[in-house]
Amino acid sequence: MPTINIIQAVNDALRTEMKRDDRVVVMGEDVGKFGGVFRATQGLFQEFGGDRVFDTPLAEAGIIGSAIGMAMYGMRPVPEIQFVDFIYPAFDQIVNEAAKMRYRSGGQFTCPMVIRAPSGGGIKGGHYHSQSPEAYFIHTAGLKVVMPSNPYDIKGLLIASIRDDNPVIFLEPKRLYRAARGEVPEEEYVIELGKAKVVREGEDITIVTYGAMVQVALEAAEAAAEEDQTSVEVIDMRTLLPFDIDTVIASVKKTSRVVIVHEAPKTCGFGAELSASIGERALLHLQAPILRVAGFDTPFPYTFEQDYLPDETRIRKALSDGMNF
Amino acid sequence: MSEGLVRILDPDGKVLEGQKVPSVNRKDLLRLYRVMLLNRRIDERMITLQRQGRIGFYVGSMGEEASIIGSAFALKPKDWIIPCYRELGAALLRGFPLFDLCCQLFGNAQDHIKGRQMPNHYASWKLRFGSISSPVGNQIPHATGIGLAARLTGSKDVALVFFGDGATSEGDFHVALNFAGVYKTSTIFLCRNNQWAISVPRQLQTASRSLAEKAAAYNIEGVEVDGNDILAVYSVTREAADRARRGEGATLIEAVTYRQGAHSTSDDPRVYRDEKEVQEWIKKDPISRFRSYLIKDGAWSEAKDASLEEEIKNEIEVALKKAEEIGPPSIDTMFEDVLDTVPWNLEEQREELRASQEHESVQQ
Repeated sequence: MPTINIIQAVNDALRTEMKRDDRVVVMGEDVGKFGGVFRATQGLFQEFGGDRVFDTPLAEAGIIGSAIGMAMYGMRPVPEIQFVDFIYPAFDQIVNEAAKMRYRSGGQFTCPMVIRAPSGGGIKGGHYHSQSPEAYFIHTAGLKVVMPSNPYDIKGLLIASIRDDNPVIFLEPKRLYRAARGEVPEEEYVIELGKAKVVREGEDITIVTYGAMVQVALEAAEAAAEEDQTSVEVIDMRTLLPFDIDTVIASVKKTSRVVIVHEAPKTCGFGAELSASIGERALLHLQAPILRVAGFDTPFPYTFEQDYLPDETRIRKALSDGMNF
Repeated sequence: MSEGLVRILDPDGKVLEGQKVPSVNRKDLLRLYRVMLLNRRIDERMITLQRQGRIGFYVGSMGEEASIIGSAFALKPKDWIIPCYRELGAALLRGFPLFDLCCQLFGNAQDHIKGRQMPNHYASWKLRFGSISSPVGNQIPHATGIGLAARLTGSKDVALVFFGDGATSEGDFHVALNFAGVYKTSTIFLCRNNQWAISVPRQLQTASRSLAEKAAAYNIEGVEVDGNDILAVYSVTREAADRARRGEGATLIEAVTYRQGAHSTSDDPRVYRDEKEVQEWIKKDPISRFRSYLIKDGAWSEAKDASLEEEIKNEIEVALKKAEEIGPPSIDTMFEDVLDTVPWNLEEQREELRASQEHESVQQ
């Protein structure tokens, strides 16, 4: 099995689906001949031609607005938003149009499309190349939201998203684009949306996380095992809407302690929803308060990027607080 | 861009000198007239119904029927119509049943959209009549996408999208025209310039001399047409559709017309516009203009008109009565169609609502 990175896994998934289904088209800023600023669409224009892979004018509302019409017509557009920080001009089209088309038409019109966008910090990108806006979309009825953490999951989840009949926001952890490598089968496979994965089994405390934070959480878990003899279970949520509450609750019932980790700002972040859902279902199983390690409620900073992002130290502190409560 | 306002009929329904009447058979001419009149009478009736508190809201198209019905008539049945919220006439022309309209206004169990939206937000997949969204201009880029998809898949389908003069100020209008220009999409942008965006007059929306001239910036065709002249509207839209099918790209049509009524039943235009202006435009009414033309042409008569009025009145009452008797959809449907299947969180919330309603009924 070849070892590839995340960007190659995205490219592989797109190529696989474009070969399988003529309705799949890739569109966005610089995705054509150039292959995308991160090279996610490299070679696709050359392989499939300009009617299947095309550059768009620089207008996110136009990219998503046109993609909606294409999806209504029966195509399967996969628009790329160059950085998720630039998605806001299309927010109205996503929230009021793509997400509502099925519901508001009584199921007559649908809008199957996958909006891919690099997300999250850690690349010295400052406020406009580092944001984690997933909560806006998780709060939106009519969308699915996916954020994988590794090449294997990226391929299986992106293929599943393209085959899904709903609009999907597909967030890619850009700081891991080239850093995360793993074995990925050459053949096609799907990973069901809405299923989390226990990526490290443990007995004492559970970390619930997703995206680029999975790797950081795993490192913190290893360190806690070695230095504090704490056995940490780590859950990679993978799909954020609809999310896999059963896997989370099963783990909480086993460990009775929880730390939620995400890069996005703390207040009203996805961690708040997870925390409330755990409280509603497993309060009496808990031995400690549900703790959150998250980005701060500031704009994403430039100089203090590494202080803003949850790191091993902050996660270890939360694990220790949870264990010693 | 074509020069000046395209017009075939004068306000009295007389063919203007040098103008060629498009070739439309008599049966179709009478069908167009019937749909215009039906549209007008439905609007009047539903506004009364709203006043009586029997429906919550209504948006009429009084004065704009020619721009809506004449343009829709220029399409083939497989072409797409992406409406704003005043295009009842286009839906009726395509065969949208009056009963279905009434069900939507009541949001009852037979409403195709299952009581999910305010009155006037009907949709029909079967008729390729798109789903209506209230925010102004949001639908415009969808028609660009449909026109692009048609081009990419080698189809001759055309998308006709409606919007008002106010929507030309929205970013979505400009991105839609820009994309349409770049990709030469099979799209017809039909702007009903009815002079008013609620209380804001056309000259406060834009300093452009016309709305049609905005097409020049995107290098697509721009046409200004008398929106109260159904033959002229049909004729320019037909040309735009033919151009699109030949692969020559999109057209922006500005149909110059007038909103004779209020913006909606929640509005009172007496506060902000001069009644004299309204009266001037009523003299140029699209329905009476077309009626005069048909009578002069020998295709219609006052007697036939009187019996058509009677027929329409009955038709509306029958549909209304039947629809008003139907109860609301099952509350379970509130949780459906959010996604293709009902996810656990919605299933759980559906149960929660069910349980609380059972609890309430036990307490009573």
